[in-house]
Amino acid sequence: MLGLNSRDFKLFVIVCIMALAAPIILNPFPTGSALGQSFNAGYPALLQRFVIFGILAIGFNILFGLTGYLSFGHAAFLGIGSYSAVWMFKLLSYNVLPAILLSVIMAGIFSVVIGYISLRRSGIYFSILTLAFAQMSYQLAYSVLTPLTNGETGLQVYNGDPQVLMSAGDPTIPHLFGITMNGQSQLDIAGWSFTFQNGYYLAAIFLIASFYLSIRIFRSPMGLMLRAIKSNQTRMSYVGLNTKPYMLAAFVISGMYAGLAGGLLAAMDPLTGAERMFWTASGEIVVMSILGGVGTLIGPVLGAGLIKYLENIVSKINDNVLHGWFSFMPDWMDNLFVTIIHPFIGKGWHLTLGLLFMAVVIFLPGGLVQGGQKIMGKFSRNKTSDAKDGADTPAE
Amino acid sequence: MSKSNFTRRGVMKTGAVTSAGLMLPTYLRAENHTGFTNAPQGDTVKFGFNVPQTGPYAEEGLDELRAQELAVEHLNGIGDGGMLNTFSSKVLDGTGVLGKKVEFVTGDTQTKSDVARASAQSMIQKDGCIMITGGSSSGVAIAVQGLCQEAGVIFMAGLTHSNDTTGKDRKRNGFRHFFNAYMSAAALTPVLEKVYGTDRRAYHLTADYTWGWSQQESMAASTEAMGWETVQNVLTPVGAGDFSSYIAPVLNSGADILVLNHYGGDMVNSLTQAIQFGLKDKQVNGKNFEIVVPLYSELMAAGAGTNIQGVYGSMNWNWQLQDEGTAAFTKSFGEKYGFPPSGAAHSCYVQTLLYADAVTRAGSFNPCAVVEALEDFDFDGMGNGPTSYRGADHQCFKDVLVMKGAEAPTSVYDTLEIVEVTPRAQVEYDPEHPMFAGGTLGDCNPGA
Repeated sequence: MLGLNSRDFKLFVIVCIMALAAPIILNPFPTGSALGQSFNAGYPALLQRFVIFGILAIGFNILFGLTGYLSFGHAAFLGIGSYSAVWMFKLLSYNVLPAILLSVIMAGIFSVVIGYISLRRSGIYFSILTLAFAQMSYQLAYSVLTPLTNGETGLQVYNGDPQVLMSAGDPTIPHLFGITMNGQSQLDIAGWSFTFQNGYYLAAIFLIASFYLSIRIFRSPMGLMLRAIKSNQTRMSYVGLNTKPYMLAAFVISGMYAGLAGGLLAAMDPLTGAERMFWTASGEIVVMSILGGVGTLIGPVLGAGLIKYLENIVSKINDNVLHGWFSFMPDWMDNLFVTIIHPFIGKGWHLTLGLLFMAVVIFLPGGLVQGGQKIMGKFSRNKTSDAKDGADTPAE
Repeated sequence: MSKSNFTRRGVMKTGAVTSAGLMLPTYLRAENHTGFTNAPQGDTVKFGFNVPQTGPYAEEGLDELRAQELAVEHLNGIGDGGMLNTFSSKVLDGTGVLGKKVEFVTGDTQTKSDVARASAQSMIQKDGCIMITGGSSSGVAIAVQGLCQEAGVIFMAGLTHSNDTTGKDRKRNGFRHFFNAYMSAAALTPVLEKVYGTDRRAYHLTADYTWGWSQQESMAASTEAMGWETVQNVLTPVGAGDFSSYIAPVLNSGADILVLNHYGGDMVNSLTQAIQFGLKDKQVNGKNFEIVVPLYSELMAAGAGTNIQGVYGSMNWNWQLQDEGTAAFTKSFGEKYGFPPSGAAHSCYVQTLLYADAVTRAGSFNPCAVVEALEDFDFDGMGNGPTSYRGADHQCFKDVLVMKGAEAPTSVYDTLEIVEVTPRAQVEYDPEHPMFAGGTLGDCNPGA
């Protein structure tokens, strides 16, 4: 259906359901309970980040997963997208549509230029070139282009901005033809409380569309060509194929995905800063892909979700919360456990992420997707052969 | 080609799902029946403490967190009550706020606007915080203040010294107790004139963001007014670590004063490197080369060690002040943590109490009622003498301290000495002063 084979279609439906029902799925514990307060992730701001970084990771995967070219500067496109979107808010109006459009276009233009230069080299040189461009963009945004980017303070919309398309009754927050992004409705069922936010659903629809497009690219002749480049680019050149246009196309598509993600970030929260382009942000994208499973369709989305979850949930657990959990133990044991866990929570969430990353790379080189397959394989013995050549097989 | 087969079962199934979907919204209740965001339910109320726990301002952030926890204890009636005993408003009695016990959540802003906003959003949306306080960088404070305005909660700014926070970026839902760059310059300049004279050439190294810019602008304006010449202003990135490439050119610039518009770890590094380059031992234009650090903090002084001796700067508050509010706060902070509080800690502590007090006086957690209670509120006993929250821009006005690095400190905690307490009248300004103009408070936003 929809031009997908049955396995891909199943995966696509799963992603649709996950995206649309995320506000419910990610609130597994009652809102008031201790577990709910610590581990529930179903609040709009974090859900938005899940899907937006999911889009970013899907796009990155089209480049890295299919061609094996590791771009270490993808955050630059994210930042460019955000800046373009905020400028549209400043100049036109708070309608998100022109903002998102311009952010995709601008990211596309920049990726053509950066891609054209960087793709003259491969391997580590390519990575370093993209890293250099991203750091250049960061420095420009941070200080040199201050009039354009408002430097470290971050670009935001002021009351004095032109906003030429704005009419009197329009909302003064991002909206889509009057539907405000932070408008929401709430559903309370026996202790659980679920929040459905307009902005989240806009982002989720973009995620679903991006995911669909990504499946089509993976299964297209062009996808095959990109995989061929990954397996042996020299061989491709020897048989008389010019690989450059394919590479550049993949780079630009993936840059535009990042631009879309940046535009959406600004649409959800109309402020952007240069730190979005910093090299650690680029590194995070790489980690997301590897954690989830490079070259698989769903892996990067899972990886993005996991990192954002750790960043927002684990970093907010503090010693008081821990003492709450262990309060049933005798005091000395309580303190002992808190002392042991302390380095891994709060500001130590990076340490937790690092350990997890190491574990995944060592034991599950195929990322979380491989882990999922292993578990599935354990439970359904007769389907093991099936799972191996399916949609989730990493591209070689 | 796709082929569609309608079956009775299929049609009924689809129909049932669709109608269930359409009926769903009738179960959804309007977001709030209370009229404002995160109205406290039950017998607790939650505050959000959003401070940098990592990054260049982490030291200050962690100290803020300590003070905020102390404030919550005092509000809930644990400990000796601290400044509640000296505060001129007596409505807080250690039984929480409006009878509700105060709880708090913490977040790490990493001194980055994006992260700070994400953290504040989760406090508002997930934890149901009614008030956010913190921020150890003006960029972050401005970003979070804007977010709180949109979301409809109160932001009690912690350490933020840029003119813009209550200048062009002022917001109705945001309040600042800390002083600002203009006040620093206004207090510091007369002292500098007395010690260094009116014929000086100043070289500025400035942190490249909103605070640095406004600090440099304020210092340049007020020192030029008394006769100094500004040789050059060089912007340096925040968190640069190594400032030697910025300091070396100072020697040949013909300047005889170096103004370091840096803060936190950056200031420790730049000052230490300036001393290592021997700037303080130089003679330029027949005068001793001097260094000025417009904004001081105890934590920076501790970090810079003996380098800070004889260097002038300004502060919002210092634990060595002699009034009883300061004594009460320093005592309870010292008893809990074993060392005296920093200025940033004091500001966050006071902000938390001021918020609780405003809620109690207003008799409601509604942000609009709190705004009304705080605007043009005069109080005393919080360590700064008589203080007032100006309604026109939500800036606190109080005395400013001019400090000097102590020549002979007796312990690691009194590395700074108070040179002068500049009276409040001298640092006051018009809300539409050119350095602050261009902003409007807008309307108070109680949220959905």
